[in-house]
Amino acid sequence: MHPEKQTHAFEPKIIAFVCTWCTYAGADLAGTSRMQYPSNVRVLKFPCTGRIDPVFILKAFQQGADGVLVSGCHPGDCHYIAGNFHARRRFAVFRKLLEFIGVDLNRLQFSWVSAAEGGKWVEVVTDLTERVRAMGPMTEFKELAMEEQWSGAINTPELQEAYNSI
Amino acid sequence: MSRIGVFICHCGENISRTVDVERVALEVGKLPGVSFSTDYKYMCSDPGQNLLKKAIQDQKLTHVVVAACSPRMHEVTFRKATEAAGLNPFLCEMANIREHCSWVHENREEATIKAIDIVGMMVERVKKNRVLPTITVPVTKRSLVIGGGIAGIQAALDIADCGHEVILVEREPSLGGHMAQLSETFPTLDCSQCIMTPKMVDVANHPKIKLYTYSEIELVEGYIGNFQVTIKKRARSVDEDKCTGCGVCMTKCPQKKIPNKFDQNIGMRTAIYVPFPQAVPNTPVIDRENCTWYKTGKCGVCQKVCGPGAVDFEQEDQLIVEAVGAIVVATGFDLYTIDEKPKGSPIKGYGEFGHGKIPDVIDGMTFERLASASGPTGGKILRPSDGKEPKQIVFIQCIGSRAREKGISYCSKVCCMYTAKHTMLYHHKVHDGQAYVFFMDARTPGKSYDEFWRRSIEEEEAVYIRGMVSRLYQKGDKIVVMGSDIAVGVQVEIEADMVVLATAIQPQKGADALAQKLGISYDKYNFYSEAHAKLRPVECATAGIYLAGACQGPKDIPETVSQASAAAAKVMTLFSKDKLEREPIVARVKESACVGCFACKKVCAYGAVEVKEIRDRQGNLIKTVAYVNPGVCSGCGTCQATCPSKCVELDGYTDEQIVAMIEAL
Repeated sequence: MHPEKQTHAFEPKIIAFVCTWCTYAGADLAGTSRMQYPSNVRVLKFPCTGRIDPVFILKAFQQGADGVLVSGCHPGDCHYIAGNFHARRRFAVFRKLLEFIGVDLNRLQFSWVSAAEGGKWVEVVTDLTERVRAMGPMTEFKELAMEEQWSGAINTPELQEAYNSI
Repeated sequence: MSRIGVFICHCGENISRTVDVERVALEVGKLPGVSFSTDYKYMCSDPGQNLLKKAIQDQKLTHVVVAACSPRMHEVTFRKATEAAGLNPFLCEMANIREHCSWVHENREEATIKAIDIVGMMVERVKKNRVLPTITVPVTKRSLVIGGGIAGIQAALDIADCGHEVILVEREPSLGGHMAQLSETFPTLDCSQCIMTPKMVDVANHPKIKLYTYSEIELVEGYIGNFQVTIKKRARSVDEDKCTGCGVCMTKCPQKKIPNKFDQNIGMRTAIYVPFPQAVPNTPVIDRENCTWYKTGKCGVCQKVCGPGAVDFEQEDQLIVEAVGAIVVATGFDLYTIDEKPKGSPIKGYGEFGHGKIPDVIDGMTFERLASASGPTGGKILRPSDGKEPKQIVFIQCIGSRAREKGISYCSKVCCMYTAKHTMLYHHKVHDGQAYVFFMDARTPGKSYDEFWRRSIEEEEAVYIRGMVSRLYQKGDKIVVMGSDIAVGVQVEIEADMVVLATAIQPQKGADALAQKLGISYDKYNFYSEAHAKLRPVECATAGIYLAGACQGPKDIPETVSQASAAAAKVMTLFSKDKLEREPIVARVKESACVGCFACKKVCAYGAVEVKEIRDRQGNLIKTVAYVNPGVCSGCGTCQATCPSKCVELDGYTDEQIVAMIEAL
């Protein structure tokens, strides 16, 4: 027997970047404990949050993600000693940049979920999904892409010539 | 063009109950590059694995995606099966549609859509997977042990007893370290010399141990299995091969009033000396700073009286290079010196306790030397100032330790127990004396430890006062100790003959400099850091380097010995194979794009990034670039995310692979 699909006007697309040692294992634990959470999230596994380049977050938004989650080991528990500290520092700066270019920071969530925190993983994913659902689709990047395309700004002969001369 | 095979597992009903596996197989089969897609009830079973192997061979698959449980569960299984079918194991990826999909979602439609997405993502990723050869690193089966205290001795003996050669380096002229200085040891009160010196002799006589005393580590190069260590053997001024250890030189040396560091400077030694009579090796050293020959060019008495002609004033420091595969660091501890504040150190002194000003205020190790039968007083407890027996003695604990405001917040761990021991030793030797102990807490976790501590109170009549000392001053030949007893809530004043301070345990001086040579990390107190506080307590983050003893943190003797044996076991594990095999998930540098900023070197916690020089055929330097040593790299990828020119790539997690996954969604 399968429960009826709940219908929502908008189903957000959530991409999660997680480290393999803590959060991925935490999500596995949520599975083995048969906890339930919204199916909107797609998980990408990394060795360490230190490996996560801010560009991936931009790329995710560009590809139509409505929310992005980055999660790794708790500070001090990194499998690779200090990778999560590097990540934390990197994202602290990156958040400011995102804010500056006009991305609502509520769409981006950073959290620490350990391998023992299956419940926390469910909570984090559910909260982010509900929050982003309430916010509606992320349109900023898409509009930007449309604008470039329709204004033809990139394809003017002048620009083309300039590009060719480089 | 890739020919990808996708295998969807039902996991009995675990997956197929909520995910329409046939639909997933059908949808994924339409993806470009996928040439085979099927579903099966149990992929991990033998028939399932055979299905995979057969498909790889029959369909000439180039890449494999198994959509089943978590890769943490069966990645190894399917990669092995892939390898058995003749494909590189790293061309197989798992899509997690059980823990991350079927088990956590109830709605069949939603779960199926998600499963298609997850498998599709892995299909795009696997297309970009490269053949990764397993990395093999040769292993030199010799090890270096730094430090000749009980930790280093134990580790060296354990490794050598397994038949592997050991090079033991000790900074002082003799083996023994701090344990050789102790009088008796808790909780059994056996004599330290009696249990220590036989082990020292074992080291010296062991055919597999090469001993370098009075030597230091100058340079460490290389990586796990392949270290090149340069050892500086300081000039002893005595030929070790010729010296018989008769000791005539020491009896004839006219310089007899040099404070002996081994006796905490309360005993005296000559300029040509062994630190203590049971020293191993029993070859004297000339202390060039205090020797008349080196100061004035005259004297040479030792040379004249030496029968075998071993004294050599011309001897010079030697640099010796040794190749080793593993390193055990066992440099031990030093006591917090309270009369001087080391330059540039954040740790403040304890001037109020008068150590260094009042001669009868001594530290715990000095008390050990006074109580030691081979010490400067022959085992009599006598005041350093006038040689009288102290009838009232005050012990103050936690000097330096657990004092955040002074700079050390940790507990030195052994002081509670050794102070209890001191009160016993004192009571055994001065029957009419009274010992007082000022303490904050008595910490006695350890086998038979609490019983021992209670014995010091109940049988040996030590008076324990909970509270700290506020002031201490000299009055005539007495030392007035003022403190508070917080249990009763009164001020206490004791006229003592002697005061013993349980000073904090700190890492050896120069521990940070050695760590930099080894490329291992250390904490703010210069204690060396282990790779994992709980699960890898004897390994450094730097592969091939192991820790033993108090260099990692305050420890007592049983703990030190256990850790040393554990470190030796780790070394033996490494030496059990001729070649070290490891997963090829390591970072690589595109040298053409590297600008040599070395941002990667700064963030690498493992010291895997090295500086490489690129030269033309004439040998002119073109540029310096980063090089990641695959033997050392742990594959975290922090360097790749840090690299501003994006020229570092972590195999298995390249930007291309990640972006392909994001684009698939």
